[in-house]
Order: sequence, then structure tokens, then C-alpha cells
Amino acid sequence: MKFESLAFLVGGVALVLVLALTVLAPWVAPYVPTDQHVLDRLKPPSGRFLLGTDQYGRDLLSRTLVGGRAALVLGVGAVLLGLSLGVPIGLTAGYFGGRLDDVVMRLVDAMLAFPALLLALLIITALGASTGHALLAIGVANVPGIARIVRSVTLSLREAEFVLAAGARGEGHLYVMFGEIFPNVLPSVVVEATIRIGFAILAGASLSFLGLGVQPPQADWGVMIREARQYAFESSWPMVAPGVALGVTIIAFNLFGDGLRDRLGAA
Amino acid sequence: MARYALRRLASIAVILLLVSGIVFTAIHVLPGSAATLILGEYATPGALRTLERDMGLDRPLLVQYATWVGEVISGDWGTSLAMKQPVAAIVAHRLRNSATLAAAAFFVVVIVGIPLGTLAALHRGRPLDVAIVSATYIGISIPEFVTGLVLLLVLAGPSVGWFPTSGYEDISAGVGLWARHLVLPAATLTIILLAHVVRQTRSGVADVLAAPYIRTARLKGATERRVVLRHALRNGLLPTITVLALDLGYLMGGIVVVEEVFAYPGMGRLIIYAVQNRDVPLLQMCALVVASAYVLANFAADLVYAWLDPRIRYS
Repeated sequence: MKFESLAFLVGGVALVLVLALTVLAPWVAPYVPTDQHVLDRLKPPSGRFLLGTDQYGRDLLSRTLVGGRAALVLGVGAVLLGLSLGVPIGLTAGYFGGRLDDVVMRLVDAMLAFPALLLALLIITALGASTGHALLAIGVANVPGIARIVRSVTLSLREAEFVLAAGARGEGHLYVMFGEIFPNVLPSVVVEATIRIGFAILAGASLSFLGLGVQPPQADWGVMIREARQYAFESSWPMVAPGVALGVTIIAFNLFGDGLRDRLGAA
Repeated sequence: MARYALRRLASIAVILLLVSGIVFTAIHVLPGSAATLILGEYATPGALRTLERDMGLDRPLLVQYATWVGEVISGDWGTSLAMKQPVAAIVAHRLRNSATLAAAAFFVVVIVGIPLGTLAALHRGRPLDVAIVSATYIGISIPEFVTGLVLLLVLAGPSVGWFPTSGYEDISAGVGLWARHLVLPAATLTIILLAHVVRQTRSGVADVLAAPYIRTARLKGATERRVVLRHALRNGLLPTITVLALDLGYLMGGIVVVEEVFAYPGMGRLIIYAVQNRDVPLLQMCALVVASAYVLANFAADLVYAWLDPRIRYS
């Protein structure tokens, strides 16, 4: 088997596993993730607590399983938000071209001049730290990149015969953009979104780690690592599970996205 | 070349202006005025109005924006609300520390990343290539705060203690001490950057190696060493320059997290401090400086690219 196909397979299997565990988390988790077992603080893995416990004696396996929900909701939600704004912007700029395209793309370039995390931090400063605001901030930070990709694919389809034919039939602009062009942009959008979800999860975890995303006591990978950091030299177990979970999830999205790109022949 | 540079410079000016507009909008159009931030939530409406008038917050937004841009250009960057010090002085000091860290990381990335990527391209599809590419997936997917904390635990823990766990010492305190404070944060930043650079170098060099002129070079009897170093790398490394410039943008995000992990007194930690204290004057200048640095770095990369590849200048 070729390396690329193997990578795609590994990524796909890991992705299904992560998604399944996250959806089923409340039923799979052996304990309630916020329950404190005060006599078992910072315990290494054992038969009772398979991955050990944190500084309040909370079960790390349960917290990691349930924490995946916050991470995935944040990552997927942010990318959906980015798509809902970026796709129309890119389609419009690419389809109409000319002055409109110039102005929109200048603005997009200026927004891309911001490191995504910085843009997110600006928005969070103004709104305050919470899961919802982190989602909003990362979503907005994703808009310019998505708009740019969609615009460049749209641009390449503008003069395609099926688009010209739709225009000649007398179809409206909206129909041509969403009915004719969009289905052909979709493969690129799917690939882009898959890879972006991985990075959005990473950005969300970074914000939570900095105390600016998901707020304790809710279980979340970034929050768990933030809390584990203070006790790192006493016990490093609390850091292992959320760290590995984050890494595996992001690798899965990346491998799967790259594999999709090869398969769909997307830009 | 001069005409190309001037044309690009003009578009940079426009982008910088737009960037300042974004910073201003993000901070000023949102709820909660600066006056409330200064006086706190229990301020009387009268006191708020007086302060808003003094600060010019009651004027139209466009006038406020123009005034702000004028002040920034003339060097009046305002006073930090939380630190009660001039913003310009704080930012200048922190920017130097961050630049040192970024330079250290970049140096390692270029020295290690380009040879590694070339090696992978030369061994395409063979075990060495697979190992290198797999490593880049791991490098790209593990968050900085995880790699940073792992490095911290392993190399700076009480049992090993090779490096200090946090902080920064100026080079005037001794080169050894200075370098030891840089190693862990720089290494953390390096891992992710390395993945980007290795990937781009690999695909760039691999593309070039398949080109007809490389076959010509081989057929005329050039040694493999000469084919790779003189013929392939020259063209194959061009896209890597773009990736390096884009990575500078990543670096500015990554630096926020890494500086927080290692309590490194640079721009990243300053930004977090400004966010946590809602120190608007400090934050808007930090954001503007970081974004401008990124824009200028991309400009520099474009110039280098155009200098190396004449086709770009004339398009």
C-alpha cells in the first residue's frame, strides 16, 4: 500500500474513533467528570482510575473523554462560522470580479496580515473570555483564509462553459453562484474545512490553555493542561491524556484532510 | 527591480492602513468604552461623561481614528492603563526580547529544516522519507503548550535541571546564562516551524528534481552533489522563502503561548497581560506592531523572491 493511502486510512480510522468516543463520552466515561474523589488526589493510573486523577481527585479518563466535546464543538463550530461568512464572500468576489473583487481581496489580505491567534485575542478582549466568544473569535479569524480559497476556485470557473450557458439561459446571479459554481467549489471547501477544523481545535485549546476560552470547572483539553501545569512537577499524569488526545485528534484531521485532497483532486 | 519594490511598497502602505483600521474597529466598535475600563463599573454617569470628553471618546469614530493614526505616526503611543507607563517604552523593550527568541528559532529552522527536507526529497518514497514526513505530521499537530511543557518537565525538572524553567536574562548578564534561558522556548517554537519548512522544501525540491534540466545536468555527467546543490536547490528552495515569511506570522501567534509557558518577557506575554487587564491602549499598539512586523516581513520575502526569480518582477 502506498504511504499516502495508508496515511488516509489511519487518519480516517482515528477520526471515526475520536468522534465516536466524543459522542458517546457521557455513557462511556466511568465517573462524572466533575466529581471530586478528595482522598485520591494526583494518583497515577490504577485499576480504579485507568488514567489517574487530577489535583481535585477527578477521574482523568472521564474528563478527557468528555473534554473532547468542548474541543470538537469549538473547532467544528468555529469552522462552520468561518464557512458561513467566507464562502459567500469568496463566491461573490470571484464571480463578479473587477472592482468589487479588488476591494474585497484587499480587505481579506489585510485580515490575513493578522496572525489568527492575535485577531482572536483582540475579539476576546472586547467581549470577555468564554467558550462562545472563543468560538466566535476563531470563526472570524478563519473567514479571510476560506474566502481566499473559494474566490480562487470560483475565479477559475467563471468562464467555464456550464457557467456561461447558465448565464445565457437567463439564470439570475444568485442561482449561477450557488446552483452552478458552488457544487464545483464544494470539494475544495470540504478539504479546506477538514484541515481547518484540526487547526481550529488547536487554536481553541490554546485559548483555553491561556484561560481565555472554555472556563473551569467544565472539562476541556486546554483547560485540563492549564490546570495540570501548576502541579506538573508533583505529577505529570494529568497532562498526558489531554495532550495525547489533542495531538491524535489534530493529526487525524490533518491526515484525513490531506488524503481527501488527493482523492478529490481539490485545490 | 526598483520599480517592482516601489509598487509593492505602495500596496504595503495600503495594507498597513487597513490593518490599523481593523485594530481600531475591533477595539472601539465593541461594547464597553475605555472610560468604563478606567473608572470601573461603579463610576457615576457624570464622571464617565467628563472622562469621555477629556479622552475625545464623544467625537465621531472616524475623527477618533484619524487622531489615533496621527498620534501613532508621531510616536505618541499613549500610556498603559494597567502599568501606568508609556506604551512605546514597554513595547520597545519586549519587542527586543521576542525578536531574540524568534531569531534563535528561525536560525535553527533554516539550518536543520532545509537539509532535512532536501534529504526527504532525495529519498522520496523510501523509509527515510516516510520517517521524516511522519515526524512532520506529529510536529504540526501537537500544540506548542504541550511540547513546551514536555520539554520543561524533561529537561528543566528538579531531577535534571539543565535549563531554567522560566524567565529571561539579558546578554549582558553573561552569554551562557542568556543562551540557557533561550534554549527551551526556542526549541518549542522550532518543532512546529521545522515541520512547515521540511514539508515545503521536500515538495519544492522533489518537483525540481523531476524537471528535464536536472536530467540534462545528470546526462552531461555532473556529479550528484553538483546536481543537487547547484541545479536543484536553487530553484527548489524558492517556495521555501514564502513559507518562511508566512511562518513569521505563525511565530507571532505561537510566541504568545510559548512565552506564557516559559514566563518569557516578550511581546506574547505582554499581549496576554493586556488582554487579561483589558488594557486597551497597550493592546492596540501590541497588535499593530505585531501585524506590521508580519506585513513588513512578507514584503522583505517578496523582494528576496523577486531578486532570485526575475520572472516575478515583470509580471
